[in-house]
Amino acid sequence: MRPAGGPGALQADAAERLLGGRSAARQETMLRLTLRRFFRHRLAAAGLVVLMLIGLSAILAPLAPYDPDALSATARKQGPSAEHWFGTDKAGRDIFARTVAGGRVSLTVGLASTALALAVGVTIGALAGYFGGWIDAGLMRLTDAFLCFPQLFVLIVLATLIRTTSLRVLQGSMVPIAVVIGVLSWMGLARIVRATFLALREKEFVEAARAAGAGNLRIMTRHILPGAVGPIVVQATLLVAASIITESGLSYLGFGVQPPTPSWGNLLEDAQAHMRTLPVFAIAPGLMIFLTVMSINFVGDGLRDALDPHSRR
Amino acid sequence: MFGYVLRRTLWIVPVVVTVAAVTFFLMYRAPGGPWSQEKPLPASTVRTLNAKFGLDKPLWINPEAVQAKRDDGVNNPLTLGRAYLDSQFFNYMIGVFRFDLGPSYASKGAETVQSVIIQKFPVSAKIGLVGIIFAIVVGLPLGVVSALRQNTWIDYASLFTSTIGVSVPTFVSGLLLLLFLSQNFGVSPVRRPEAWEGLGRAYLLPGIVLGLGTMSYIARLTRASMLEVKRQDYLRTARAKGVAPQGVVRSHMLRNALIPIITILGPAAADLVTGSIIIETIFSAPGLGREFVDSISKRDYSMIMGTAIFYSVLIAIANVTVDLSYGFIDPRIRVRR
Repeated sequence: MRPAGGPGALQADAAERLLGGRSAARQETMLRLTLRRFFRHRLAAAGLVVLMLIGLSAILAPLAPYDPDALSATARKQGPSAEHWFGTDKAGRDIFARTVAGGRVSLTVGLASTALALAVGVTIGALAGYFGGWIDAGLMRLTDAFLCFPQLFVLIVLATLIRTTSLRVLQGSMVPIAVVIGVLSWMGLARIVRATFLALREKEFVEAARAAGAGNLRIMTRHILPGAVGPIVVQATLLVAASIITESGLSYLGFGVQPPTPSWGNLLEDAQAHMRTLPVFAIAPGLMIFLTVMSINFVGDGLRDALDPHSRR
Repeated sequence: MFGYVLRRTLWIVPVVVTVAAVTFFLMYRAPGGPWSQEKPLPASTVRTLNAKFGLDKPLWINPEAVQAKRDDGVNNPLTLGRAYLDSQFFNYMIGVFRFDLGPSYASKGAETVQSVIIQKFPVSAKIGLVGIIFAIVVGLPLGVVSALRQNTWIDYASLFTSTIGVSVPTFVSGLLLLLFLSQNFGVSPVRRPEAWEGLGRAYLLPGIVLGLGTMSYIARLTRASMLEVKRQDYLRTARAKGVAPQGVVRSHMLRNALIPIITILGPAAADLVTGSIIIETIFSAPGLGREFVDSISKRDYSMIMGTAIFYSVLIAIANVTVDLSYGFIDPRIRVRR
């Protein structure tokens, strides 16, 4: 099969393969180097372990000894016991089962909305910072407009509408809440990516790449984007944590995930009335939110130190 | 420069129009009118109320009103044009630009939305103010010290503290604080309504709880940004030419490291103001955030729209101010005309 473009392209192709092969070897050592630097950060390693445990608990939630929605007339508002590890709530439901089941919801929403924000934010920031001019002006005004939406207010209004209008079919699903949080949280990423692109596009290595014949897309993805990875990673990890907090806050106020579906936020709201007599109700979901978010933040720190080419010692 | 300031300021107008239009149509789509309650009102009452608040008018344009004016022998194009736009949407939008957000439906028009905002917002603003002052005054030095003493115990302690601070949502820290204070000291930080007048001690706890996250965020960002700057060549140059260490930190490091921090101050201020919805609920503060939550459950549509527009204007002003401040801090970003 003859590659399009004739012998010149064939040569270029061979050179590319040669270079590609070499860079693959480099990438492997880079990966190992990055991993080693990551695990040298002890808090980050601990965070990763905690996060994996929490993730595992969410995945294995259906295996909990009790159904999170099973009511019981006899075992109401019990303290922690061998049978019910975290006790039971006012309807006799097992708090432990509800806490791990709530984790599934909260983690899914956090990850999904961040993935969405990442896709939108990096694209917009990269285009604006790289091309400048009217593209930059237009995209940044769009970002500004989104930044002007009072996030929590819009979320509450949208959540109420979803609950009361024809979109009611989506009520039990986490999709709308994840989409709404994602669509309203990409702006910080876009601004940071734009700032990095703005600074890096004037650098000599970009000029060199252009002189060597690299196209815009290649310069953006292969030459500038790696320089922006550090800030993007830090911002994205913070965003996962922030999304979990937003979801929990909404559910705490009663506008997020609706009971009986448990989420860490609405469990906390449930617990508030019994806080003096049974503080474990509030402490269990509160601690889960806290541990998750803190572990994510530590992992983000570790990743930044590991990915930042300057911090190489 | 003046042209740029003007342009950025005028940018607020389309933003407000967009937010107003979006919230208007969201509310228009919402089921149940503002008068639907547990016990339905008689149809005649609903009709009277609708007529009183102009809710019987067409949504977009009002050709019938033009015809009526014509029949009365009015030919002034301005009057006719106004009659043509005598609709729910345009009446509302015209009102917004006159700072008239209409009557609060829940009070059956006894109060206007703007009077409720003027009455309730100061409480939210004061909580937010305490929060942002706390965040900057504690967060910035923490980040600077952390970066200057990188990888020492001070750095680790401050990183650990700020990571905890970023990780505890306000409703967790607020609730636990309430629990802790009331069980161990028998003090309840929930104050009587009078305590929220002026700027009393009542604002201290909610403000700090609200500002905790932003404080930690600022500390982390300052540290990251200072470390970035620390490796720049111009620092070596500055030291080599004999600038005193404090001078290097102040004019060469901090000044450059501040740029990303200022970027987040606008959104952070916005977060603090809107985040006070939860804080006001926990500490039962009579602010605009709680009013908003109440108005949702009361289906007070005009109040919901008014509050959303009010907050977006506020956030727009904060963002524009931050944008304009770049030029003063970083001459490199000064805008080309």
